Amino acid sequence: MSSTTTGTRPFLEVKDLTVRFETDDGIVQAVSNSSFAVERGKTLGIVGESGSGKSVTSLAVLGLHRTRSNAKVAGEIWLDDQELVTATDEDVRKLRGGKMAMIFQDPLSAMHPYYTVGAQIVEGYRVHHKGVSKKEARTRTIDMLARVGIPQPEKRFNEYGHQFSGGMRQRAMIAMALVNDPQLLIADEPTTALDVTVQAQILDLIRDLQDEFGSAVIMITHDLGVVAELADDVLVMYGGKIIERGPAADVFHEPQHPYTWGLLGSMPRLDRDVRDRLTPVKGTPPSLINLPDGCAFHPRCPYAGRNGNRSFTEVPELRGGVHAVACHLPAEEKRRIFHEEVAPNL
Amino acid sequence: MLSYLIRRIVNAVITLLVVTMVTFGIFFAVPTITGSDPALLYIGKTADQASLDGIRTKLGLDDPIPVQYGKFIKGLVAGRDYASGNDVTHCDAPCLGYSFKTEQEVTPLLLSDIPVTLSLALGAAVLWVLIGVATGVLSALRRGSFLDRAAMTGALAGVSLPIYFTGQLALLIFIHWLGWLPDTAYTPFLENPASWFTGLILPWVTLAFLFAATYARLTRANMLETLNEDYIRTARSKGLTERTVIGKHGLRAVLTPLVTIFGLDFGTLLAGAILTEQVFNLRGLGYQALTAIRQNDLPVILGVTLLAAIFIVVINLIVDLLYSVIDPRVRLG
Repeated sequence: MSSTTTGTRPFLEVKDLTVRFETDDGIVQAVSNSSFAVERGKTLGIVGESGSGKSVTSLAVLGLHRTRSNAKVAGEIWLDDQELVTATDEDVRKLRGGKMAMIFQDPLSAMHPYYTVGAQIVEGYRVHHKGVSKKEARTRTIDMLARVGIPQPEKRFNEYGHQFSGGMRQRAMIAMALVNDPQLLIADEPTTALDVTVQAQILDLIRDLQDEFGSAVIMITHDLGVVAELADDVLVMYGGKIIERGPAADVFHEPQHPYTWGLLGSMPRLDRDVRDRLTPVKGTPPSLINLPDGCAFHPRCPYAGRNGNRSFTEVPELRGGVHAVACHLPAEEKRRIFHEEVAPNL
Repeated sequence: MLSYLIRRIVNAVITLLVVTMVTFGIFFAVPTITGSDPALLYIGKTADQASLDGIRTKLGLDDPIPVQYGKFIKGLVAGRDYASGNDVTHCDAPCLGYSFKTEQEVTPLLLSDIPVTLSLALGAAVLWVLIGVATGVLSALRRGSFLDRAAMTGALAGVSLPIYFTGQLALLIFIHWLGWLPDTAYTPFLENPASWFTGLILPWVTLAFLFAATYARLTRANMLETLNEDYIRTARSKGLTERTVIGKHGLRAVLTPLVTIFGLDFGTLLAGAILTEQVFNLRGLGYQALTAIRQNDLPVILGVTLLAAIFIVVINLIVDLLYSVIDPRVRLG
């Protein structure tokens, strides 16, 4: 089923992605009707709270829900003109770690405790390069370890994950993900478990490697600072849905969704008076088993009453061109609220 | 590493010394204190005073208990002489004394039982590890399926049914009704490997059924837990085949904790599978122990206990050393 639009399709295009988990407590609607695209050489930031569906989305791209018998994935995922949702397990497996790779959040638990760091990278290289000798794979691995800035790579090759420091461990994970020159790299909160000073180094490293390899990068994070630093485009997710999408500069300078305002307001900033309190988004994230009727954000939205009853009954659609938002508030009203009520406090 | 090893060996020796002290105390000292006489146990109730006195002198039963214990330890380390007048009997190290009943030396008696128990334990261990781990892995991968339920029901039966029930049942079916196997018996492997095998297969299977059940349940639980680990997700994200993900990354993590349990089980079994040996009429250490207890044969009981302790202490040491090899996070020292 080759597409007639070959050549015009973005490198990665996700259309109407829906991921559901059937659990004993009910159906978890983890991601609903999400669509987005990433081109080669570009970075997409996906932002949202825990449980907003950002990790589930990225695991779906890699086809990692396939081994969970209770997971149902629907929609389309096109990677370089190949559809992945309907592809066979074997076809997706061959892409995983090869054309598309992932860096995980907590490198200590993401590494196997009983295999050396080197052995784990060698294994990932050889599964995609049949016929490569162990020695060649070892040389390649040591090159990669050196490339991501690990000193004494020959020595560290034979060490275990627990013998690495947090930052070095995440560098090794990056080397593991990059060993096959992936064209799509998904980084799931790659700096969350790290010291602030190390965070910056890791982000720089990812950016440098992206420049070098020209890969498409999806950066999943709850840290808006990271997105501001790296992303070309931003998705804001809430309750399993994309609620705002657009170029990073637009989303930061002219955010249109009250939830995005809330995220910006809860960001600590050095240029603000220390006596000013942060303004967190009030309330708690919604249950994905029992999403609120209408707009999922309305129970926490300070402006939900300003548009009649639509917030409580209708699910807002993601509307707009390059910079799209799913909110019932009229555009002018939103602009006014942002500039008059929100922006002065940011 | 070397200092760790030395420390562990010293510890092992101390443990064994304590075991001898306690067992010696229970079996020799307590009867003396409560007024029942080990010499009487040795010679029988009809003995006259003269021969009782002779035995007391020969076995040193008139000495204070610490001296008796000292002589016992000396016998273990250097051998000892039992003397009554001109009648001197030398017992080579490691000397565990003489059986009260058969007057045989205890050490060779026990050594001759080891091959039987070792054969039984080894064969059963191979079976139960293979069957238990395979069943556990399959059950975990097909959780909730018919196979999983059947295997776990079987495992529950294995854990709950006592060996004298399953053993008797196996004897009844395979030997008396179907006649597929000869009566269970121990033939030395070097004498006739085929008879060794056919004579032991039923006890192996019965014993393995009991242990495999535990291992299947442990493996299943460990595997289910391991499959949720982040490093399994990492392995999949690298594009490894499911066979590698489960057979290599998964199994490696599942088997490591099993080593500890296996060491304990195997050590205990080497000390004598009393019930199994009894049911299948195999004359190993367990059988010896049971006979000795029935007959109040103190030196044999003491010997079996000490041997059992040695097995468990040594196997535990091996397991701990092995663990540092298979789990790189464990540091010795």
